[in-house]
Amino acid sequence: MSVEPETDHWLVRPRTIRWLWTCFIVVLALLVALQLVIKVKGYFGIDGWIGFGAVFGFLSCVGMVLVAKGLGRFLKRKENFYDD
Amino acid sequence: MIEVLPPVLVLLTAAILIGLTRGHLRSAIVLISPLITLWAVWQVPDGVSMTVDFIGYQLEPVEGSALRRLFAIIFSLMTFAGGLFAFRHASALELAASYAYAACAIGVAFAGDLITLFIFWEAMAIFSTVVVWCGGTSMAGRAGKRYAIMHVIGGVILMVGIIGVSVQTGSIDVHTMRAVDFSSWMILIGLLINAAAPPVSAWLPDAYPEASATGAVFLSAFTTKTAVLALILMFPGEPVLIGVGIYMIFYGIIYALLENDARRILAYSIVNQVGFMVCAIGIGTQLALNGAAAHAFAHIIYKGLLFMSAGVVFYRTGKRKCTDLGGLFRTMPLTCVCGIVGALSISSFPLTSGFTTKALISEAALSEGLVVIYFLLAAASAGVFLHAGIKFPWFVFFQKDSGLRPKDASWNMAAAMVLFALLCIVLGVYPKPLYALLPYAVDYEAYSPGKVLFYLQLLLFSGLAFFLLLPAMKRTLTVTLDTDWLWRLLFGRLANTWLLISVATKESISSSAVPRLDKMQAWTQRHWGAGGVFARTWPIGATAIWITVLLSAYVLLYYI
Repeated sequence: MSVEPETDHWLVRPRTIRWLWTCFIVVLALLVALQLVIKVKGYFGIDGWIGFGAVFGFLSCVGMVLVAKGLGRFLKRKENFYDD
Repeated sequence: MIEVLPPVLVLLTAAILIGLTRGHLRSAIVLISPLITLWAVWQVPDGVSMTVDFIGYQLEPVEGSALRRLFAIIFSLMTFAGGLFAFRHASALELAASYAYAACAIGVAFAGDLITLFIFWEAMAIFSTVVVWCGGTSMAGRAGKRYAIMHVIGGVILMVGIIGVSVQTGSIDVHTMRAVDFSSWMILIGLLINAAAPPVSAWLPDAYPEASATGAVFLSAFTTKTAVLALILMFPGEPVLIGVGIYMIFYGIIYALLENDARRILAYSIVNQVGFMVCAIGIGTQLALNGAAAHAFAHIIYKGLLFMSAGVVFYRTGKRKCTDLGGLFRTMPLTCVCGIVGALSISSFPLTSGFTTKALISEAALSEGLVVIYFLLAAASAGVFLHAGIKFPWFVFFQKDSGLRPKDASWNMAAAMVLFALLCIVLGVYPKPLYALLPYAVDYEAYSPGKVLFYLQLLLFSGLAFFLLLPAMKRTLTVTLDTDWLWRLLFGRLANTWLLISVATKESISSSAVPRLDKMQAWTQRHWGAGGVFARTWPIGATAIWITVLLSAYVLLYYI
């Protein structure tokens, strides 16, 4: 069921989504910039670096998605695989 | 000796009464009995307050401690919220089984000896199987059977261990131990099977999603968390648990990422969250055990909430697959918001209960200097946000417009969700009351600007990764192979092959050997059968002549 973009719920209109993306990116940038003001305690040195949490979080997720994709090639089967 | 009302009796009685009553009376029993249980739990003092003699052993059905009460409190709260969520929609059988199941979980929580623990442990398996079966589909029937078999096997292993340990030590008390010999390993393995540890984690995502919309809410709470409690009581600081926990954490994330069924995503994330607790038990310091207990407490609330949210969607639409769902926020705003609160809590977002409890576990890893574990836990936090925190609400409530316009939750379902959503936030903003209930004194400040900033970076950049990688995470109509392939497919095929071999063997025997056997039988029949030469009756005279002949021959031979 497709609805005209401008009559659909405001949350799914392309304009809103563009606006949400902009806000999201601004927040992300602010979070990294805030580290200039607020000190993140580095317990092992490296985790006190500016933007460490950001890079670590991002790369962990990319890694996990890639591992999942890779395993999926071997482990995914059709839904009725077990026939029940 | 009985000093208190055993809390387990309240819910067990309620379970029986639920079966006997109907209408408003039944509703009243469903809603009031968990509150009475909560009161009874509060009355249990530290130490053994009830003993029963049983075949030469002194059982201790009620032994209190801060840790045991903590688990019993959250079990009672969960029963109340689950009952509130379910009482207008679930069958009497499902409600009764769920309440008996919850009662037995509380029984395990207060079990002072291994025999009592084992009895309630097995009873939980029975009642939870009934809850799975109440899903009502043929798939639920088969999944319930597999679930029951797995728990019977786990129970047998646990019993072997319990017998061994009680023979060796002469004591049946629940006490701390190390996995050093056969018996203690058997106990550890028995407990870990219920915690959905590898290599049998698959029983959980196999069974729970097949239960009804209401049944899954109960199932999500008790079995794995009683296992966590038992592990804290018996194996704190067991090093092998660190590795097991880390494995469970990443197993849950990877499988949830591959999964298309919304409720199975949540089931995998139970394994993931229990992994955090198992890992903390392996670290074993007071801080870590506090973390495991607090995280179990918070987890029951937000996981119950997530299963309620998914349950409402399932109840209203009959659909569970991400590929069939999407865009439901339009007509289900409350379910959507409550689902998001649960999702943020499980991701340990600041100001939610997950943040104030999981931080204890990370802190414990830090203070023990476990660098690798600390970073793995941080990566896992990002992964939880990825697979449960965003994936679940995104694919169910947003994603695309599926065209579905279901009604929002009924008033009682809504009330249960709002109650748990509020608890998630209250424990996140003000964790002091929960910290006060923990087994060891807590000297820990959950919030510092630096920590909040670190976790916000970690989580929100995971969110960025999610949306950038969306094309790579397109849902597919697939299931993912797991070790359950062994018992769902391989064992069945082996059994079939064995059957074919035995049938073929039998046929080849009958075609070649049977005629010969028949001949032998006929020969035997002729000589020894009725009328055969060896079976005939002989006249006495003839016998006497034969004997005379033989004796004469003997005498003759003697003289020659």
